[in-house]
Amino acid sequence: MATFQFELVSPEKLLLSRPVEMATIPAIEGEMGVLPGHAPMIVALRGGVIRVQENGTETEALFVAGGFAEISAARVTVLADEATPLSSLSRAESEQRLAAAEAALRELPLTEPEAKRDAAMARVLAMQAAVAAAGAA
Amino acid sequence: MASLKDLRGRINSVKSTRKITQAMKMVAAAKLRRAQAQAEAARPYAERMEAILALLGSAVASAPGAPPMLVGTGADKVHLLVVVTADRGLAGPFNTNIGRLARARIRALEAEGKQVKLLSVGRKGAAYLKREFASRFVGEVTFAGKKRVDFADAEEIAVQITEMLEEGGFDICTLLYNRFRNVITQIPTEQRLIPAPIPEGVAASEGPQALYEYEPTEEEILGTLLPRNLAVQIYRAILESAAGEQGARMTAMDNATRNAGEMINKLTLNYNRTRQANITKELIEIISGAEAV
Repeated sequence: MATFQFELVSPEKLLLSRPVEMATIPAIEGEMGVLPGHAPMIVALRGGVIRVQENGTETEALFVAGGFAEISAARVTVLADEATPLSSLSRAESEQRLAAAEAALRELPLTEPEAKRDAAMARVLAMQAAVAAAGAA
Repeated sequence: MASLKDLRGRINSVKSTRKITQAMKMVAAAKLRRAQAQAEAARPYAERMEAILALLGSAVASAPGAPPMLVGTGADKVHLLVVVTADRGLAGPFNTNIGRLARARIRALEAEGKQVKLLSVGRKGAAYLKREFASRFVGEVTFAGKKRVDFADAEEIAVQITEMLEEGGFDICTLLYNRFRNVITQIPTEQRLIPAPIPEGVAASEGPQALYEYEPTEEEILGTLLPRNLAVQIYRAILESAAGEQGARMTAMDNATRNAGEMINKLTLNYNRTRQANITKELIEIISGAEAV
C-alpha cells in the first residue's frame, strides 16, 4: 500500500519520522484520518491520541496535548506541544494534571481576557483527553 | 627565602587545586555532551515551526490588524532585553561577555533616548547587571538547582513576555545569549524576538507553493503559533547557552589545570634547590667544625 512520510516532533525531541500508511490526528474540529495524497492543510490540534497505521495494523499510538499539523500530499508533520506514547501514560498522573488544570481555570477571575480563559479551558479539555486515553490503554 | 616547610605546604595546596579543576573539567565535559544532545533534539521542532511560520507570516503580516507579536506595536520607544546567562560562575569569560554586550546595548539605547527594561535569565547575568542597572529590571528567572531545563520553563518566560506585550510594557524585544559554535567558541548574539522576524527562503526553496487550507482560520492558527514560536526561540537560546556554558567551563578548567601543573613544577624546582642549599650549608658547617678541632 502507498505510504507517506510521517513526522512527529515535540519541542524536546523528534519522536517519529518514517513512512506510514495512515495517520489519525485529533484536529481541533474533529478527528481526521490522513492517507497518502491528502490535500495540503495546516490544522491546529486539540488534546487527543495520534494513531499510526503500517501494513494494515496500528503500530503507534501517542497522546498529544495540542499543537499543529502540516499536511501535504507526501508528508505530514505534527508539531506537538507534548507527546507521550500511550504505553507510558499514567492514569494517576494524568488525573493529577487534570485537577491542576481545573483548579487553574477556576482561579482565573472572570475579568481576565477571553483568550486566556480559552487557553485554560483548552488545557482542561486536553487533560481530560489524557485521562480518557490513559484509561483506555 | 621561603622555608622548606612553607614550600611543601604551597606545593600541596596547588596540587589539591589542580585536582579540583581537573574534576570540574571532567564534569563539564560530561554535562556538555548531555547539553549538546538536548540542543540537538530540540532542533527539528524549531525548524518545522520556522517553515510553517514562513508560510503563514508573509501572508498575514501585510494584512491590517496583524497581531502585534508579528509586526510590533509600531513604536520604537521601550526596549525589553532578555539576557540569558549561566547560573554558575567559573566558566571563564562566558558570563562577562554577555554582560558586557548587554551593557553596551543598554548604554547605546539610552543614549538614543529610548527606555530600557531588563529581564534576566540566569543568576550570574542578573548579579552583573544589577550593579549598574538595577532600576531597569522587570524580572528575573533562574534555573539554579534544576537538573535540566525543559520546554515548560521556556514557556513560562514566553508567557511573561506575552503578558507584558499585551499590557503595552514594551515595543521591541531582543534576546541576548551565547550562541554555541564549538567547544571553545561561544558567540554573544543578539536576536530580535518581537516583532518576530519572518524566516524567509524556507518556503521559497520548496518550489511552487502549494495552496494550503487552514483549519481553523489563518489568523487563529497564527495567534497560537506566535507565542509558541516565542517559547521555542527562548528554549533554543537557553539550550545553546547551557551547552556554551559547559564548553566555556571545560576550556577554563583545562587552562587552570595546566597553569596549576606549571606552578607545581616551578615550586618543586624551588623546593629542591632550597633543600640542596640547606644540605650544602650543613656540610660546610660540619667540615669547618672538624677542621677547627
